[in-house]
Amino acid sequence: MSTDVAHEEHHHGPPKGIGRWLFSTNHKDIGTMYLTFALTMLFVGGASAMYIRAELFMPGIQFMEPDFYNNMVTNHALIMVFAVVMPAAAGLANWMIPMMIGAPDMALPRLNNLSFWLLPAAAVMLILSTIVPFMPGTGTAVNTGWTLYPPLSIQAGMGMDFVIFTVHILGVSSILASINIVVTILNMRAPGMTLFKMPMFCWAWLFTGLLLIIIAPVLAGGVTMLLFDRHFGTSFFDAAGGGDPVLFQHLFWFFGHPEVYVLLLPSIGVIAMIIPTFSRKPLFGYKSLVGGMAVLFTLGLVAWAHHQYTVGMAAGPTTWFMIITILISIPVGLMLLNFMMTMWRGAMTFETPMLFAVSIVLMFSFAGVTGIMLAVVPADLEYHDSMFVVAHFHYALIPGALLGLFAAAFYWLPKWTGNMYDERLGKIFFWWNVIAFNLTFFPQHFYGLAGMPRRIVDYNPAFADLNMLSSIAAFAYGISHLLFLYIVIKTVKGGVKAGNKPWEGAQVGTTGLEWDLSSPPPFHSYATPPVVK
Amino acid sequence: MSVPEKREKTGQNKNRKTTLILGLIVVGMFGFGFAMVPLYRLVCNATGIGISGSSGTGRIVDSSTTKVQKDRWVTIQFDALLNENLRWDFYPEVKKINVHPGQSYEVSYYAKNKTDHKIVAKAVPGITPWQAATYFHKTECFCFTQQTMDAGEGRDMPLKFVIDPALPEDIKILTLSYTFMDTNRESIRDTREVELPVSVKHEG
Ligand code: HEM
Ligand SMILES: [Cu+2]
Repeated sequence: MSTDVAHEEHHHGPPKGIGRWLFSTNHKDIGTMYLTFALTMLFVGGASAMYIRAELFMPGIQFMEPDFYNNMVTNHALIMVFAVVMPAAAGLANWMIPMMIGAPDMALPRLNNLSFWLLPAAAVMLILSTIVPFMPGTGTAVNTGWTLYPPLSIQAGMGMDFVIFTVHILGVSSILASINIVVTILNMRAPGMTLFKMPMFCWAWLFTGLLLIIIAPVLAGGVTMLLFDRHFGTSFFDAAGGGDPVLFQHLFWFFGHPEVYVLLLPSIGVIAMIIPTFSRKPLFGYKSLVGGMAVLFTLGLVAWAHHQYTVGMAAGPTTWFMIITILISIPVGLMLLNFMMTMWRGAMTFETPMLFAVSIVLMFSFAGVTGIMLAVVPADLEYHDSMFVVAHFHYALIPGALLGLFAAAFYWLPKWTGNMYDERLGKIFFWWNVIAFNLTFFPQHFYGLAGMPRRIVDYNPAFADLNMLSSIAAFAYGISHLLFLYIVIKTVKGGVKAGNKPWEGAQVGTTGLEWDLSSPPPFHSYATPPVVK
Repeated sequence: MSVPEKREKTGQNKNRKTTLILGLIVVGMFGFGFAMVPLYRLVCNATGIGISGSSGTGRIVDSSTTKVQKDRWVTIQFDALLNENLRWDFYPEVKKINVHPGQSYEVSYYAKNKTDHKIVAKAVPGITPWQAATYFHKTECFCFTQQTMDAGEGRDMPLKFVIDPALPEDIKILTLSYTFMDTNRESIRDTREVELPVSVKHEG
């Protein structure tokens, strides 16, 4: 079936009008839609972040009810995780994987259309979840944080039902997208493109896709039980009826911990393409990086309860989760070593994608260090639910996921549009973005350790100065993304012609077939599969 | 069939097969989430690794044959908590007692329904430190069943227990805590509409 679709439209260019997008089965168009959606939602999620930082600008309650503040925290996290990073990574996969492995399109093009179009529906539901609590009689705001723990999530108002359905839709969307990507990688490679000849980005997505297929249904099950507890009188998590709220935490983190690798791995795949390019050396230890990801995949599935050290688990399981969590830092560290060894004695140049890649290696290592601190049970009992944890995961997720996506955008924009982006503006964006990011989140380590809790609208005036610094930097950080938007629009509209191979270094080592295509590539590429020697 | 067509055909079959396998994993994992509900309880009960104190809910022991350790004292502290959905009075009659392991004791908690309607409530126990949970045996407890109280009704509720002599030597103080909650889920939203009086904190 699927290939028929690709076949029919074979010889003509893109269809005209809105139908091109609504009914698209073309991997490049769907990739573009994913990326556009993610960039749009970045500004929505960013707006709630700005709101949070404005509230925290000074101690005391500025302009938010505590419940509404916590709703902003929930909303921000859910949007950034599910509506920005995951769709953007899926967009990159759509655009790049078929071109890299010499496939005419994704394996299941119609499913691809569905998995994208579920997203805007979910986004609307998610935004409604924040608006609904303002109507009379709808109960409290969604004040639980993105972790949706009961009993609070059972008590929360109607907005929670919207969140639950959002999670359902997003889950279906990402499961469908993952199935599609995994099938494409496994079955659609051009003759001669063996698994170990694939660009690292494909490997990264193979693991990401498999992880999502395993974990997303568990989250869906968990929130379904939550819905039942709320409306149908079951007691999965309700202690009064014999349930156990901690069970939800296990279900959530069984999903939640591997989820951080879902966010991380695509970007690791991206910088595994960028660093060799700008070091003009093949990737150091291709197979060891694949192995590292496989270990991460496996250990990541059995480490979840390090988020629950404080719930009163017995010593045995606590020790298990501590040891596994600390072990995980070994493959993570080795991955970073792969990158450093690739740069070692390379002929490095620092175009914008490379600037991002190098800064990611540096800043992400720092998240690894704070991660180890949090992995140690006695220490975590002190740090848990403080701003220190917030600092840890923003250092993990912004470099580890978001900046990797920016790097990818700069790296592949010339291929996608045929135009070179403005290198000077790109560099300005990089420095502005990274400096502001550090000024925002680095101080959170300090006031976190000093005892400022997370998810609380007010704080001790002792933390006022550093919070003000965080807030001011956060505004600068937020605004920097307008520059990114401008650069992207400018590149799409025109610029110096990029040529088929905008980066001469991209030809070293294990490379994909994307560089053999023109920039921008034809609407239908590799209709007849190329042969890889 | 030409060669590329044939290739396409086998490609499609392969895709269908892989999709099916991945789809089965999805269904299986969805089921796994629900299987966690009984599994979780089984694992926790079998190994006592669950939430601290959960295993102290109701094992009947025959205390007549166990040896009483006359020379050993353990302090038991009693704590009472109310879930925010329940507007009752609830407190232990004594806040702490010293006991010999192996000997049976009886204490009681007092509860009173301060509202103007009948309420069915349930007390959920917890024991600190968690290591002691498996050594705390209750022979009778108001937490074994749901408690129904009419408007304004109040009563003493008994609790009989024995500390297992095998309790590790280093545990000298043990805290037993009960949280009472309304079993009617709507109550949560009801009480949230009415501003709660500050006195929901436990007294006594
Ligand atoms: C060396 C590797 C890492 C270790 C040892 C580690 C350890 C931990 C621990 C123990 C916590 C729980 C802290 C607490 O709540 O008290 C935590 C939280 C978190 N980590 Fe990591 N981590 C590591 C890497 C990562 C990576 C790679 C990411 C994502 C890309 C990440 C994202 C998060 C997030 C999002 C949270 C907070 C979740 C929440 O409570 O909302 N971490 N980490
Ligand atoms: Cu984790």
